[in-house]
Amino acid sequence: MTIATLAGHEFHVNEEGFMTVPAEWDEELGAALAAQIGLEMTDAHWEVIRFLRADFAETGETATLRRVGARSGVPVKQLFALFPQKPAKKMAYVAGLPKPHGCV
Amino acid sequence: MQDDRRNEASAMTRRLLVLGAGTAGTMIVNKLRRKLPGDEWDITVVDRDDVHPYQPGYLFLPFGIYDENQLTKPRHDFVPDGVELLLGEIDRVDTETDTVRLVDGRTLDYDYLVIATGTSPRPDQTPGMLGPEWRRSVFDFYSLEGAGALARALADFDHGRLVVHVTDMPIKCPVAPLEFTFLAEAWLREQGLRDRVELVFVTPLPGAFTKPVASEHLGNLLDERKVAVESDFLVESIDNERKCLVSYDEREVPFDLLVTVPLNMGADFVERSGLGDELNYVPVDKHTLLSRAHDNVFAVGDASDIPTSKAGSVAHFSVEIFVDNFLAHVEGRPMTGSFDGHANCFIESGDKKALLIDFNYDTEPLTGTYPVPYLGPLGLLKETRANHLGKLAFRWVYWNVLLPGRPIPLPAHMSMAGKHPAGDTSTTVKE
Repeated sequence: MTIATLAGHEFHVNEEGFMTVPAEWDEELGAALAAQIGLEMTDAHWEVIRFLRADFAETGETATLRRVGARSGVPVKQLFALFPQKPAKKMAYVAGLPKPHGCV
Repeated sequence: MQDDRRNEASAMTRRLLVLGAGTAGTMIVNKLRRKLPGDEWDITVVDRDDVHPYQPGYLFLPFGIYDENQLTKPRHDFVPDGVELLLGEIDRVDTETDTVRLVDGRTLDYDYLVIATGTSPRPDQTPGMLGPEWRRSVFDFYSLEGAGALARALADFDHGRLVVHVTDMPIKCPVAPLEFTFLAEAWLREQGLRDRVELVFVTPLPGAFTKPVASEHLGNLLDERKVAVESDFLVESIDNERKCLVSYDEREVPFDLLVTVPLNMGADFVERSGLGDELNYVPVDKHTLLSRAHDNVFAVGDASDIPTSKAGSVAHFSVEIFVDNFLAHVEGRPMTGSFDGHANCFIESGDKKALLIDFNYDTEPLTGTYPVPYLGPLGLLKETRANHLGKLAFRWVYWNVLLPGRPIPLPAHMSMAGKHPAGDTSTTVKE
């Protein structure tokens, strides 16, 4: 567990660079994290990220791709367009949440 | 007067209703019937039919190792005296009135409800899967009919691209698609066809398996067997005309013979009852298996949303913990048992060998021996003949020891003795 600094924020990350303390996140930091992986945030991106944050607050787990597709109103196809290649991982990274646990 | 007394007596009797007489449900009624006094507790278990399949055997059907008759027995053979087995399709659970309604109109009351209706493959959830190629060149092997149909297709298959595919996680017995691949590769070699067949493993995961250490080991086994891996592939549809899988990010994998694992989902009545998540699994506390929404509803086995493998071994280990917790809970005592997500699975690797893996919520699969530290006889994460024999012997154990709820000398919690972390996870979790 190390401390990272980005856009004037200090926060805890794991060895893969995922934030480990969700409360250290805000949207400004989210935009900076997105830039780190080559994404420029649009309203469509924020709709997804806000869903993930709200869902995590409620369930304590990061939503899987299928859950985001089913519950956020943004279809899976669109998630692949917004967060190319590895959408589940990228969405969690930008939202400052752990990688989804669904993969078991 | 007499009627009053009877009412009083029945008012004192508590009702446990178990939905599903599969692996978890059958073990639960056997264990709880012994623990709960007959004059205080009625126990009823509901299932839609009276056929209990030995699901681990499906894997061997396509290769002629078992035939269909060896894999089923009547459910009622495993339901003990003092438990009523009721056959019927469940319509919905009403948690306001603590009742379960069946499709035929019957209504069942409960004081405590255990949902153990498992998970099922749902080919209807992927566009094109049930198209004209279904059971012609597109097969599943997670059902008795599917595995039987695949056996006949394999007998006629002598060249081309054989694609093994997983739709999405979680799936029941997550190692089975890999085992199928290993067995198919060995079978093709035995038939002298291996040079004429291209083998491809298509997965939504970044590697061969869900757990990084095992993924690395199993990925190497795929490499050695010259099986190509297409990873991070989330299927959007199956194009029947061109015979290919199409992903959401517009990649295509052509096939001559496709063996797919359809999306797995919990029972539809769970969704109709408002008790499920997006895949119809019941959200529960992962240590006690008590519903997060209702204090008298548990979900055990594949039907719950706990973050570990959907597998008979998990059902077995979790039932051990559940039974003690249930007895405490109904007496108003706090539940002290805490399930750790313990799973262990034999992995057939072909040529009459198998590996064994052992893991839980927090610990990656370990190398070492099982169940006795240092002695084994089973080797963890190693291909051995003893593991293969262990897997075949398990069918007897399942019918004769596990389902009747007899004690098995395997601890429910995972033990670290005689085991070694297979790798430094800090270097292997990266993709």
